[in-house]
Amino acid sequence: MNDWVLLGIAIVVAGFALRLNPLLVVTVSALATGLIAGKGLIQIVAAFGKAFNDNRFVTIIYILLPVIGLLERYGLQQRARTLIGGMKRATTGRLLIAYMLFRQITASFGLTSIAGPAQTVRPLVAPMAEAAAEKQDPEIDQAGRERVMAFAAATDNVGVFFGEDIFIAIGSILLMVGILKQEGITLEPLQLSVYAIPTAVLAFAIHSVRLLLLDRSLTRHSRPSAPLRINSGEVGSGNPATAPKLDPMAGLRRPPDGAKGAPPFRRDDGEVP
Amino acid sequence: MITLIWLYVLAGAMFGAFALLSVSDRTNGKRFGNAAFWALLAISFFFGDFLGDLGNGILVLCLVALAGFGALGRGDPPTTSAEERAASSERRGNKLFLPALVIPITALLGTVLLKNGGWIDARQVTLISLGAGVLIALAICYIWLRPPALAPLQEGRRLMDSVGWAAVLPQMLAALGAVFALAGVGQVVGGIATDVLPSGSLIAAVALYGIGMAVFTMIMGNAFAAFPVMTGAIGLPILIHQFHGNPAAVAAIGMLAGFCGTLMTPMAANFNIVPAALLDLKDRNAVVKAQVGTAIPLLACNLLLIYFLAFR
Repeated sequence: MNDWVLLGIAIVVAGFALRLNPLLVVTVSALATGLIAGKGLIQIVAAFGKAFNDNRFVTIIYILLPVIGLLERYGLQQRARTLIGGMKRATTGRLLIAYMLFRQITASFGLTSIAGPAQTVRPLVAPMAEAAAEKQDPEIDQAGRERVMAFAAATDNVGVFFGEDIFIAIGSILLMVGILKQEGITLEPLQLSVYAIPTAVLAFAIHSVRLLLLDRSLTRHSRPSAPLRINSGEVGSGNPATAPKLDPMAGLRRPPDGAKGAPPFRRDDGEVP
Repeated sequence: MITLIWLYVLAGAMFGAFALLSVSDRTNGKRFGNAAFWALLAISFFFGDFLGDLGNGILVLCLVALAGFGALGRGDPPTTSAEERAASSERRGNKLFLPALVIPITALLGTVLLKNGGWIDARQVTLISLGAGVLIALAICYIWLRPPALAPLQEGRRLMDSVGWAAVLPQMLAALGAVFALAGVGQVVGGIATDVLPSGSLIAAVALYGIGMAVFTMIMGNAFAAFPVMTGAIGLPILIHQFHGNPAAVAAIGMLAGFCGTLMTPMAANFNIVPAALLDLKDRNAVVKAQVGTAIPLLACNLLLIYFLAFR
């Protein structure tokens, strides 16, 4: 056993910290790790290629993009915003808590792929959360929007991670059954999956508290500049710069202003994500 | 029998179309780089099983070279303006949600109804149903919205270019995991974990097992790679055999401690980096940052759950 193989981990950590291109970092780490372990270059490249090929199913999800993009062309995201804009009691936190519950319950039935970043977060959940945040804090800035959208993606992950292990035929449960069996411990999948329930409940509770805190920071942030008029739907009074956005039906009546209608594609950052 | 291969062919056709459309996109100064990148991915989906391991490895190195040396740009195919989108949204109303909902509903029905039908690979039935849902949704869109013939591919390419090289990062990290396994990284980490463990302390063993699961998951990008290592090093010999813990509780909650690690690492690219790219967030670690505040208290809860549920 050669402790120097841990150098590969150090390369990854350093590469990510220095914000080098992750594909390069990963490749250099793989080559270094393999060479330190005494493997040949050909053997390393072949192992790398085989695993890449075996994992193509991870990348399959992009076949959704033509449909999602087409619907965005016809105003899907605007529609999602309008729908939330019309709900008086909708807040970012409440919306995301409801979505997390949906995600946990469906995942606990094994339906992990029916929602996700491409399926639901980008076309529906993120624009809805953003629209709710705009109601709570009409002067929300770009950083605030990005925070809300990041929370939408985070909520999707928390929901699916801590729902799926309740399902008895999910990969991680079967992996545990297989590994314990090699060690002479025979367990039924159900025996394992019941122990996922306490964590599922706690994950829901902890993340819900954080989402409600997000709500509070959004409304508190808006208070100094935008008084309680927010939900009354009054237009034309108060600050002319913010008044149009206060109207929950704005999207139904007229084209949204630049801030609201701009597609989330910005050309100003030359670097790809 | 319908297997994942059918979806791979569909994905190959889509990436091939992205490559062709990229070549002719003069709005993108790096159009040949994008075209080459998506063409290689198309080759991978069409012919990956025939290239051999080394051939696939060389294909990956070409992808890395393109991405690593900045050959990828972003296409800007013609699309509708914000005003047109708002007008379309107003005119078509909530019916716009229907095609988007067709996809998950088809996946749901397919999973439930076709699982034991025998003519679809039962292990992949959800993904295959999802693919069928995409085709149905596309057909509905063509009939209802009557878009220009190439619009779905152009809009898809726009989104794909915004994700860029991050699209293959999850596959790359899985490949790195394979090389780590080949090199025995797991055993080394497991050995270190055993070395630092003070003998005789149950609390320390539970903490090291759970935190070790999370940390090693952060390094590997998924809890599946961490589980055999930490179970072999601490879970089985110490928690289950020495302290007679309930194996189901130790294993199941230990795995969930690993999932807390998944929330905190850019190495879990498909969960943490790709969504940031899809949402076009400036900070590619924004999703990880939003998750840390949930992951750390939840990890602490998992340690307590192991301690109290496995050792009653």
